[in-house]
Amino acid sequence: MKYVDEYRDPAPARRLIEEIRRTATRPWVLMEICGGQTHTLVKYGIEELLDGAVELVHGPGCPVCVTPLEIVDKAIAIAAIPQTIFVSYGDMLRVPGSHSDLFRVKAGGGDVRIAYSPMDALRLARENPRRRVVFFAVGFETTAPANAMAAWQAKREGLRNFSMLVSHVLVPPAIRLLLDSNLSRVEGFIAPGHVCTVMGYEEYEELAARYLVPFVVGGFEPLDLLEAIRMLVRQLEEGRAQVENAYARSVTRGGNLAARQRMMEVFEVADRNWRGIGPIAQSGFRLRAEYAEFDAEKVFGVEAISAPEPPECISALVLQGLKKPVDCPVFGTRCTPATPMGAPMVSSEGACAAYYQYRRHIAPAGAQV
Amino acid sequence: MCLAVPGQIVEAHEVSGMRMGTVRFGGITREANLDFVPEAQCGDYVIVHVGFAISRLDAEEAERTLRLFEEMGALADAAGEDDG
Ligand code: SF4
Repeated sequence: MKYVDEYRDPAPARRLIEEIRRTATRPWVLMEICGGQTHTLVKYGIEELLDGAVELVHGPGCPVCVTPLEIVDKAIAIAAIPQTIFVSYGDMLRVPGSHSDLFRVKAGGGDVRIAYSPMDALRLARENPRRRVVFFAVGFETTAPANAMAAWQAKREGLRNFSMLVSHVLVPPAIRLLLDSNLSRVEGFIAPGHVCTVMGYEEYEELAARYLVPFVVGGFEPLDLLEAIRMLVRQLEEGRAQVENAYARSVTRGGNLAARQRMMEVFEVADRNWRGIGPIAQSGFRLRAEYAEFDAEKVFGVEAISAPEPPECISALVLQGLKKPVDCPVFGTRCTPATPMGAPMVSSEGACAAYYQYRRHIAPAGAQV
Repeated sequence: MCLAVPGQIVEAHEVSGMRMGTVRFGGITREANLDFVPEAQCGDYVIVHVGFAISRLDAEEAERTLRLFEEMGALADAAGEDDG
């Protein structure tokens, strides 16, 4: 497939690996923020192929993983109300709430449906005028324009039976939190390619200047990530802390203006709670007042639900790159993709699930990508 | 969920005021909303995420990156360091 296969070619991958190994004078600690990138890095065993030239730690960029427990509980409460149709991206269904998950609500007779796009939820609302249709609008900046478009279109059409349970989060505030913590060992960041496709990378320039850490915007194929790592190592070796773009076929400095505009028409920046991490000021989106009629928390009166986090799961440390999934005492034993105890074991973008799925099959260092 | 994949626009049309397109990903085709990529035409490649094209892929930039990888190979070959 064009724009996919050529970025998986083993020959240039070997050269990039050689180049990184040759340049790195010490094992730089790099973080990829996005769960999609975690997935590729673990799947292709890229850290092992680099054989100690860099250490990769995995960041908080899996929306499924950071959606807070109380939002999952609110979703479960709404989905259980008769005559509602609760519509969600598939990987949210197995995320454990305090006592249940959406799959169990569905098994118990709740009308919970999986959608590929928020527009599927709109279609369901049009087709079922007597039922209330609720869309579970989670995600990072990549997903926000699409979810915003659903609300915008619903308002334009005057759809009265449609609402959204919104839990949108933003990447830069989470990075700021990591860099402000004196526990963080991260020396360079692979910036998330599809978040930057929407947002551009001016925000990361501010972070690079303020914290003196380099960022390279990376794509999602093995060569994209190796190139981002090569550029980061070069910056670190040369003592630079700039923002560079290794995913220029999709990302421009200003991002996608049309998408950003629609997103800001519908959403406004607000404080958000992150699962495993806690509250982060100004770290997400909520619906603007003009869209209050589409806010499922208000429509169904579930604003007050709150939930404490379970103690066994160390996902807080995993999501901040302070621990690896294998450091968790229940990893692969009591916690597996079939019986997830924490959200990072649910989604294929979660670090725990990626480790569980691929860690046992990785090729030895020096093997072909 | 964050998955976003490149596909080629094979046809574009309007549905209730929105610009939609048929996008081919390898063997399969899917409808995608093209409102966020007003510049994208039939034949262009776009990155599609949850039913929305979020960027038109820049063919020149893609070529440039691939050439860079080639050149790196040529340099390594010339230096006799290609461990093939
Ligand atoms: S392995 Fe399971 S319990 Fe441990 S951190 Fe990951 S999700 Fe949490």
